Order: sequence, then structure tokens, then C-alpha cells
Amino acid sequence: MKAAATSVGLLALGGTIVPPAVFMLQSISGGPGSTPALSLDVVKTVMFVSTIAWFVAAPFWMKVE
Amino acid sequence: MSSLERDIEELEEAASSEYERRRVPEKALKGPSAFWGMYAGEHTAGTEFMIGPLFVKWGADAFSLIVGLLIGNLLAVLTWRYLTATIACEQRLTLYYKMEKIAGRGLVTLYNLANGLLFCFLAGSMITVSATAVGPFFPPGTIEMPTFQSTMPTGPAWIISCIAIGVAMTLVALKGYGVVAQVGHYAAPWMFLVFVACALVTLGRLGTADVWALLTPPAGTPKTISFLGIVFFSWFCNAAMHIGMADLSVLRFAKKPSAGWASASGMFLGHYVAWICAALLLIYWVRQHGVDPQVGKDPGTMVNDAVGWAGLICVIIAGWTTANPTIYRAGLAFQGMIPGISRTGATLLAGGLCIAAGIFPAFAMNLLDFVGIYGTILAPIGGIIVVDHFLADAVGIPRDPAERSGSAFNMVVLVAWLVPVAVAMWLYKTQGVFASFLPLPCAIACGLLYIVLSKLAARDAIAVRA
Repeated sequence: MKAAATSVGLLALGGTIVPPAVFMLQSISGGPGSTPALSLDVVKTVMFVSTIAWFVAAPFWMKVE
Repeated sequence: MSSLERDIEELEEAASSEYERRRVPEKALKGPSAFWGMYAGEHTAGTEFMIGPLFVKWGADAFSLIVGLLIGNLLAVLTWRYLTATIACEQRLTLYYKMEKIAGRGLVTLYNLANGLLFCFLAGSMITVSATAVGPFFPPGTIEMPTFQSTMPTGPAWIISCIAIGVAMTLVALKGYGVVAQVGHYAAPWMFLVFVACALVTLGRLGTADVWALLTPPAGTPKTISFLGIVFFSWFCNAAMHIGMADLSVLRFAKKPSAGWASASGMFLGHYVAWICAALLLIYWVRQHGVDPQVGKDPGTMVNDAVGWAGLICVIIAGWTTANPTIYRAGLAFQGMIPGISRTGATLLAGGLCIAAGIFPAFAMNLLDFVGIYGTILAPIGGIIVVDHFLADAVGIPRDPAERSGSAFNMVVLVAWLVPVAVAMWLYKTQGVFASFLPLPCAIACGLLYIVLSKLAARDAIAVRA
């Protein structure tokens, strides 16, 4: 159970930070006025799904002493 | 120990599981992970979404923000580690019980009133910030959002939002320290990443990764906070917690004083990275939407625009994880003040006051001044505790004097506390001294006055006996 929660938790954290990072890199490398391949709507959706996944996984993964 | 004695001890423990009026026993101590998570959660808070943009309003420059915040936060961590955690692990008492031993129950009542009320105003500003995240869930215009210039509630929908969020926060605080630590622990890593995500999206939309250039205010921007102002603000925005010793109530559960290093998670993630990320959000709105930095934009709208619902949940939970320990501390303060009141009753009282304060945006929108005043009023008591713990034997004054003499009201403490605070408030009101410059001199002056007055009182007592 803990292994599954750890995997989901790590994926959730990745889903929270990777899409915005990709969005930033694509926006900056494309130059002013360019449209990044990864749209902001997709970034927002992935982050929201990741948020739900995080709060489901975290209590099984993270133990408070 | 007989089984009866064991049963009695267990019953007593069950009746006072938070050890408010006794040393925390060995078996109740917590390892460092509880504190790293709690500090990260508590200081990566909803109010960070307010403080970052307030720096932009005050015209802070890039050097002050990047270097000044680094220095100030380092000084705060050192204060937590070498003063607060050291005393907490040796005494293992709440601030209020320790104060009772030094100042007497009557004076602690007065201190608790100031402490509890200020904690409530602080938690109230966290409720204000969290409530701004409710607006984007409804059609535009349903809830009118406050700006930097708002002081009064913006309407019935705003008031209902604050009440709903405040009630939820109070219910969690009722569960005590364990649950408070858990909520902060679970939310902290995700919450920090959402702050960073806001900054990454903002940089992408602005088309540059040059944070230094973005943080540099346009020429002609009025500068109302200096480099030293930023250093002292970041050092003393939690003055009541570290130098003021409020965190004795939390760190008394630590196995070792090294748990004080856990404050670094809160300072460098919350009061460094998160403040800068939050500042970038307003910089985007100023540059792309022409928002006046003196008016600002509410955190809920900015975060929703950048990262959507995940951001809104973050604003609510970020306020929640900070308000929880604050309401918990305020509850302890009121419990120390009102004999016979249960912790549940005291926490409900604190929660109600926090909600009332949260409805008025004035506290959140003047947060930079408010936290300085809050530290100036409460930090001096820490000066007295430092003297009692480290210097009393060396300078020849009694430790825990009120407990020894049976005094209910130690006038020496009252005078040593109120005189520096009165001078500081005069400097703030009439000379325009930035409030964050005042907690340190106030705490030092209070400690020195306490030594001098204690010695004078002892000399008078000897003279009377002779």
C-alpha cells in the first residue's frame, strides 16, 4: 500500500511542477508572442488532477512521528 | 507503580493530553519530522500571497528582496535554534505556564489577553486571504474582492465566505497539536510547489526568466521600504514566535534543541521563495493588465488566473495550515487567562474572534505594519524569559520569582515590559519608525530593565527586613 501511495504521491508532485516548468520553457524559447505547445488550460487541468491525487496519497505515504 | 497508580496517571494524562500545566514527559516527545513539516506548512501560508505583492506596493528593489530576505531569514532561523528551541527543550513548558512562574498568574492574564487578541488578528488575516480564493468558484461579481485599500467587508457574500472558512479552520484547531501538525505535514510539499508553479507560469507569460529584472521596480516608483527594512521584516515578522518565545508551546515537544533548525523549512521555502513567487504574480498583473500596485489584486484572482483550481485550493489550504496553529496558540492563551475554561471552549472563543477579524480586510492589507507591531508588543516578554533562563544566576536575581514568592502579580515584569513597548509605540506613531525595527531593541531593553528592577526590588526587600 505504501509503495503504491509513494508512486502516486511522487507522480502527483511531478504533475504539480513539471507542466508549469514546460509551459515556461516553451513560452520563453518561442520568443515574444509565441504560443507554447502545452497550453495553460492543460497545465491547469493536470495540476488540479495532481492535487487530488496528492491528498489521496499523502496520508498513506507520509508518516508524522 | 501499582495498577491503580498507573490508571490514575493515565486518566490524568487523558484529561490533559496537551500538558498545558506540566512538563512534557519523555514519551510524548516528537521527532524532527513533525517540526520540519509543521514549520514548512505554517510559514508557506496564505499570507505569503499577500506579503509578496505588498513588497511590490512598497517599491522594494531586487537586491533587497533577493539578498535582504536571505539574511533576515537566516537570522530568524538562528534565533529559533539558539534561543527558542534551547529554552523549550530545557523547560518543556508552554510560554504561558513559564510566564506564570516568572510574572504571576495575574500578569499572565494581562499578557494572555494581548497575546490571544494579536494571534486572533493574525489568524484573521489568514482567513481574509483564504476567502479571496472562494470568489473565482462563483460567477464574476458574486463576491466583491478586497484590494490593498479595503478596510471594511465588501458585502454579505464576502462575510459568508470568511465565516465558512473560519469555522472549518477552528474545527481542525480543536483537534489539538497532533492534527495541526498532520495537516501542515501533508500539505507542505505540494503547497510549496504550487507557489513555484505560479512563478513559472508567470515567467512564461512574461516571456523571461530574468527574475532580477522583473523584481526591479520601474524608475520613479516610490520606495517606502529599504534594504534594512526587508532584513528586519523577515527576521522579526515572527518575532512573537521566536524571540518572544510563543513557540515554547510547540518546541517543548521536541526531543532535541536541534529541532529549531526545522524553522529553516518555513523561512527559506515560505518567507523566501514563496514571497518572491507571490511578488511575481502582482508584477505580471501590473505589467500586463495595468493594475496599479498601490491598489493591488486579490490573491485568489491572481492565483486562479495563473494555475487554476489547484492554486485556489492552495490559497485556502495555505491559510488553513497557518491559521490552525495560530488559533491553537490563541486558544492556549485564552485557556491561561480564563480559569476553568476547557481547551475546546478556549479554542472556540479564539476561532470566533479570528473569524470576526478576518471579515475586515484592514488587517491583511496592512500586514507589513501589523506583524511589526505584533512583534513589538509580544517579543519583550521573550527578553525576560531569556534573562530568567540564561542570566538570572549570573546577575544574582531569582529564577521563576513569582513561583518562589507566591506572588500573583510581579510588578517588575509589568514595568519592564510596558515601558519599552510604550516608547516603541510612540516612535512608531509619531516618528514614523518602521514597525519591524522595534521588536529587537524592545526585547533587549525589556530584559535589561527586568534585571535592574529585580535587583532594586531585592535590595528594597532586604532593607525592609533589616
